Amino acid sequence: MTSEFWKEHENLYYALTNKKVIFGLVVFSLVIMLAIFGPLLTPYDYEEYAGDPYLAPSAKHFFGTTIMGKDVFTRTVYGLRSTILVGFIAGTIATLIGCIIGFLAGYFGGTLFDELLMMFTNIFVVIPQLALLIVISAFLKARGIVVMSVIVAATAWPWTARAVRSQTLSLKNQEYVNLSRISGLGVMRILKDDIASNMFSYVFMVFIQQFNGTMLATVQLEFLGLGPTRGISLGLVMQDAVNWNAIQLGMWWWSIIPGLILTIMITALYFVNTGLDAAFNPRLREM
Amino acid sequence: MGRYFGKKIIVYLITFIIAVTINFVIPRMMPGDPIQILLSRFSGMEGGREIIEKQLTLLFSLDDPLIVQYFKFWKSIFTGDFGISIMQFPTPVIDIIKKAIIYDLILLIPSIILSWIVGNKLGAFSGVNKKADNVLMPIFYFLSSSPYFWLAGVVAFFLGVKLGWFPISGAYSATMNPGFNLKFIFDYLKHWVLPFLSMFLVELGGWAIGMRNMIIYERSSNYSKYMEALGASDKCIRRYGFRNGVLPQVTGLALRLAGIIGGAITVETVFNYPGLGRVMLNAVFNQDYFLLQGIFLAIVTMTLVANFVVDIIYMFIDPRVRLSFSGEV
Repeated sequence: MTSEFWKEHENLYYALTNKKVIFGLVVFSLVIMLAIFGPLLTPYDYEEYAGDPYLAPSAKHFFGTTIMGKDVFTRTVYGLRSTILVGFIAGTIATLIGCIIGFLAGYFGGTLFDELLMMFTNIFVVIPQLALLIVISAFLKARGIVVMSVIVAATAWPWTARAVRSQTLSLKNQEYVNLSRISGLGVMRILKDDIASNMFSYVFMVFIQQFNGTMLATVQLEFLGLGPTRGISLGLVMQDAVNWNAIQLGMWWWSIIPGLILTIMITALYFVNTGLDAAFNPRLREM
Repeated sequence: MGRYFGKKIIVYLITFIIAVTINFVIPRMMPGDPIQILLSRFSGMEGGREIIEKQLTLLFSLDDPLIVQYFKFWKSIFTGDFGISIMQFPTPVIDIIKKAIIYDLILLIPSIILSWIVGNKLGAFSGVNKKADNVLMPIFYFLSSSPYFWLAGVVAFFLGVKLGWFPISGAYSATMNPGFNLKFIFDYLKHWVLPFLSMFLVELGGWAIGMRNMIIYERSSNYSKYMEALGASDKCIRRYGFRNGVLPQVTGLALRLAGIIGGAITVETVFNYPGLGRVMLNAVFNQDYFLLQGIFLAIVTMTLVANFVVDIIYMFIDPRVRLSFSGEV
């Protein structure tokens, strides 16, 4: 029974027994758990003056306190929640847009429709991301989590569209796709059943990469003071640290730890991606 | 080949028009009345109100219908007249941009090119050496996962604060007068090291990962296996693999260089470095619309020109691109 299941889902078996995937997933889950359960571990509020200022990490304040006496651990875990959420929504939107445009452009490869879609994509590639993000967010006076996600996603999708398009181009002349076409199946049906289902593993890896990229873009905007207008975010914690000269004052717990957690989480996802790559491409499996 | 360039030029033109239009629309979509904000800020200054009003009629020509305003905006672009900065009154926007761009270039060009060279070498090395791969790859992943400004903070903390080797703020000491003499250049270089190093490290990871994957891919391709079967030396196969693998990296380098202006904005923030990214951010927070429009336009123009140059260069370094567009393959 179990062995039959694994035979059918061979890719999944290779994926879940890959050391890099296991390591990455464990680290990633730890960070996610910190974001979910972290707020339960702390008796403080993130805006509250929780103790003496300038305290190094201790049992009472896990990550020390800021120069104002706010608890860095509390701020970090609440900020982590917001940043991960924005990154996740933005990554999902960007992957969806990229896939839809990529599938359509690839399936109609070589036609005028394809050229127009690619022209549209190239325009977005050329317009400088960060500059556009800064200008857009500067003029939107109130920014919630959803607005932030849309802003980040708007500039994150083009490379996905390009990559998915070239994958679709190579799939669409396979015989089974031709067969579906001869049988008179609709375009949407062919895209869904024949092409998208065969690219599932690829799209999943694209999604992980998008998630990484959107989280970095999000934290960067937050750091520049262009994050959500209310609440706390990881980038905001780090911006405070720079503004209050935490680096010069040697407060490593404030200036380094919050960013370290995010970096570890993104690194873990990189490991998952590399492991999945090896699991899904038999060519790389022996490496 | 003509068709290829024709298509590219059309895309770039459309992009430029869209970018300029965004630039035109944004101040007009602003919530509140930017003009009143500007006027109130200058009402206390001698003659300020008149100058600003003249500025506004010049740039916005608000009495005209929208379409006329739009064409006037285009005219001001081609005459290089972006107006006068509000933040640093009364310096013309174009002068501020020129001054800040130099800092960007001196900081970013060396860091991007050096990280590209070193990253490619290390990546290629770890692609063929399993032991090195196991040690180097986690480091590369970590480097390319870190936000620029976080790594900048780490570098500043350890090399600047703990060891005290380098200053961590500004582009030169406050007591210095910018000028072309040894003392100033030395002081400038000392301030340059840490921003340079943090940009270099973050970029390094990405290049190395890309190169490593390309090398592994090339090594398992048919031509490599064929050469191996013929008894070619390992070094020879590796050289061929490197030549193929480096092509996408060249595209990446070119795109990175294209986005160079304002590309170090967060690092500049950490080190209080007076590049264009910082100026842009200040313009945002001070609601200096003229300056903001000017910078955005400068960035877009740079990006477009650089992309176009890349397209041309790529034809020379990759024979396949050249041949496919002249219809020989």
